[in-house]
Amino acid sequence: MVDEKVTAVGPIRVHTISTDKYKTNTIVWKMKAPLAKETVTLRALLPYVLQSGTADYPSVKALRTYLDELYGATLNVDLAKKGEHHIMTIRIDVANERFLPQQTPLLAKALQLLADLLFRPALDGGRFVTDIVEQEKRALRQRIQAVYDDKMRYANMRLVEEMCQGEPYALSPNGELEDVDGITAEGLYRYYERALAEDELDLYVIGDVVEETVLDAVKQRFSLPDRPKQARASSVSVKPQGEVREVIERQDVKQGKLNIGYRTNVTYEDDDYYALQMFNGIFGGFSHSKLFINVREKASLAYYAASRLESHKGLLLVMSGIEPANYEKARRIIDEQMQAMKNGDFTDEEMAQTKAVIRNQLLETLDTPRGLVEVLYHNVVSTRKRPIDEWLAGTDQVTREDVVRVAGKVVLDTVYFLTGMEATEDGKTGV
Amino acid sequence: MEKRVYETLQETLFYEKMDNGLDVYILPKKGFNKTYAVFTTNYGSVDNQFVPLGKTEMKRVPDGIAHFLEHKLFEKEDGDVFQQFSKQGASANAFTTFTRTAYLFSSTDNVEKNLETLMDFVQTPYFSDKTVEKEKGIIGQEIRMYDDNPDWRVYFGAIESMYHNHPVKIDIAGTVESIAQITKELLYECYETFYHPSNMLLFVVGPVDEQKTMQQIRDNQAKKSFPQAPEVKRFSYEEPSDVAKKKHVIPMHVQTNKCFVGIKAPSVPETGEQKLRHELAFHVALDYLFGKSSPHYERLYREGLIDDTFMYDYTEERGFGFALIGGDTRDAERLASEIQTVLLSFSWEAVKKEEFERVKKKKIGAFLRALNSPEYIANQFTRYAFYGSNLFDILPALSSLAMDDIAAVASSCFRDSQIAVCEVVPKGQ
Repeated sequence: MVDEKVTAVGPIRVHTISTDKYKTNTIVWKMKAPLAKETVTLRALLPYVLQSGTADYPSVKALRTYLDELYGATLNVDLAKKGEHHIMTIRIDVANERFLPQQTPLLAKALQLLADLLFRPALDGGRFVTDIVEQEKRALRQRIQAVYDDKMRYANMRLVEEMCQGEPYALSPNGELEDVDGITAEGLYRYYERALAEDELDLYVIGDVVEETVLDAVKQRFSLPDRPKQARASSVSVKPQGEVREVIERQDVKQGKLNIGYRTNVTYEDDDYYALQMFNGIFGGFSHSKLFINVREKASLAYYAASRLESHKGLLLVMSGIEPANYEKARRIIDEQMQAMKNGDFTDEEMAQTKAVIRNQLLETLDTPRGLVEVLYHNVVSTRKRPIDEWLAGTDQVTREDVVRVAGKVVLDTVYFLTGMEATEDGKTGV
Repeated sequence: MEKRVYETLQETLFYEKMDNGLDVYILPKKGFNKTYAVFTTNYGSVDNQFVPLGKTEMKRVPDGIAHFLEHKLFEKEDGDVFQQFSKQGASANAFTTFTRTAYLFSSTDNVEKNLETLMDFVQTPYFSDKTVEKEKGIIGQEIRMYDDNPDWRVYFGAIESMYHNHPVKIDIAGTVESIAQITKELLYECYETFYHPSNMLLFVVGPVDEQKTMQQIRDNQAKKSFPQAPEVKRFSYEEPSDVAKKKHVIPMHVQTNKCFVGIKAPSVPETGEQKLRHELAFHVALDYLFGKSSPHYERLYREGLIDDTFMYDYTEERGFGFALIGGDTRDAERLASEIQTVLLSFSWEAVKKEEFERVKKKKIGAFLRALNSPEYIANQFTRYAFYGSNLFDILPALSSLAMDDIAAVASSCFRDSQIAVCEVVPKGQ
């Protein structure tokens, strides 16, 4: 279904996916390391500094002018966490010259540019350019602060912070505000060398490409010394089961955000992974799910009420936006839906519906280069490999007993409520 | 069925007008798993005054009713259409813009059934007093969610500042008060006026057989009957060409300042190739001035006045056009003044030919990238079709775009009278 060929070039795993579906070719570079307080902010800054200039194009303007010349090639970076790993991503997307009047070898140029970004960055006396680092520190501070103004993201972040206190997963992939100031151009450069030497490296090339050509190009341009194979630790730290925590926070908001975190005790590594996906689909993942039907459609309490999984960490996160006064009512309805799942109170029709929608969602994700890489990258993050065909078959084989068994493992951990300044009838418990 | 081949893009489009007036387009896409279909009516939030079908007098309806109708169309006597779609493995959705309401599904299986469900649910309205009341709670929370969102507030605040009378200044969802006035009778009236097939377009893109799919649509439409409908009479607002208010400041409970500079086009071409060119010229001018390779971007970034949230975009619809430039900033007032200076001191004569050509190249690449997305193709094709232009003409139009096109945009729009500013600032500052 997906023609992924993987070959090691030194320490880099090169994944080539050949397809003529797209009018562009996509290159995705990923670097993975453990999520840790000491490195999280350095890693949050590093890719932004790298995308600000190369030895040949030593400023944003010079680099972006060159990208425009390559028929508007796009270059962007981001940070993510998957389980207790911190992942830096650099993406370049470039037009397939087949559709252009000029037959410029755009893919080769784009690969060269990625190599330059990684191995020949803009430097000043053996370290990063101080001006660039300072600018990107400022942008990073703004990025970290921006979360406070987006209440949906903020509530989500706060829930995870509260829920995973003391675990690496509580860290935000964008780093910590108080650690930004202390970063210097030298320090960041030293960290960059260390990351290139120690991180797990993956390069994806997707499009109208031939594997040999891609490998030749990579061998020419990406040369890194081999490194000893690292034993791959499990990506999850398990917290002992404690009491359910309720955290209420007040701000000047009109809509309350009720976010609830559960431990599923199942991850991507486990046999029950497909059953967990089914559980989430019936419970809150879709517009036919229990949360949407009961919180939104029947009780008319919310515009959104949904759940999602953090598969590599084993969390189930519920989010909803409600009138502050409806806190107790919404909580009760959500609790009832969870209880219904545990009791096996769902129909065969809900099972069939959810299977059909999960299958559809997976196949649709494979239609975009970005989605395709994200699906395939699960297999890098986890020691467990799940080819696409197995994914489809695995979901199909889940039984109602499997779902109920998984439901039995799901444990309520933390309730977080962001609410308005006025005390309300039933929302005044807690802080 | 008409066949249109676009050689350079390697795309083939099929078209047919149904007997009832519905325009149908099919774009086969081999290699994709997903089929995406979108059924759109030429009716949006700005259509709040019109002559209802079968009547003679203009009528004003409550703000937010087009969006409310979009929500309610999913509910039927025997339940929710979302359920039907998910049983068939599809994900369904809908959206309302200033001038359009679109219903869509995407699926990798049961495409025929899903297409049937899409056509039937959009063409079978069912509204009851009870479900209309219930929806007010849900949409009320949707409105509240946007009230708390500073990005939305600064975006809409800038639009409000630009327009004196035009309903583009009214939030698409309306207000909690305006939606309280909506009744099922009003919903039926809007539905009957605007959801006539002759005012609608269906676009299907994906790994489909065009012959079979077109036949299916013909058969489906032939089963239904619609009254003869004259073209819809919409109110035409008297809108002065200059902006209504130069500056609007919204204090909110935020940590970061936000700022948008709005540019109001004094007039826009009504239809066809001219409209397409005007829109592209505006985009190219903005890219030239504010793109990441522009001197201004570099300077503003270095000074910390912009960060990676900085954006610029131009929206042109039926009868209006405006650009918005801005994002998060440490100093909203200074960013606003810097952007205005850039616009007002722009001299198109000073634009170097090679820089202009480079921006065009960038746009060509961006267009090819956009064509990777079935959603983009279907939604944008529909938008252009409603204005009598064609999405697939973008490539030739871009290639033939001249400095004169940029000059025309700059001289009519980059003027003090056309610029308005909206800022979101931390409360108490």
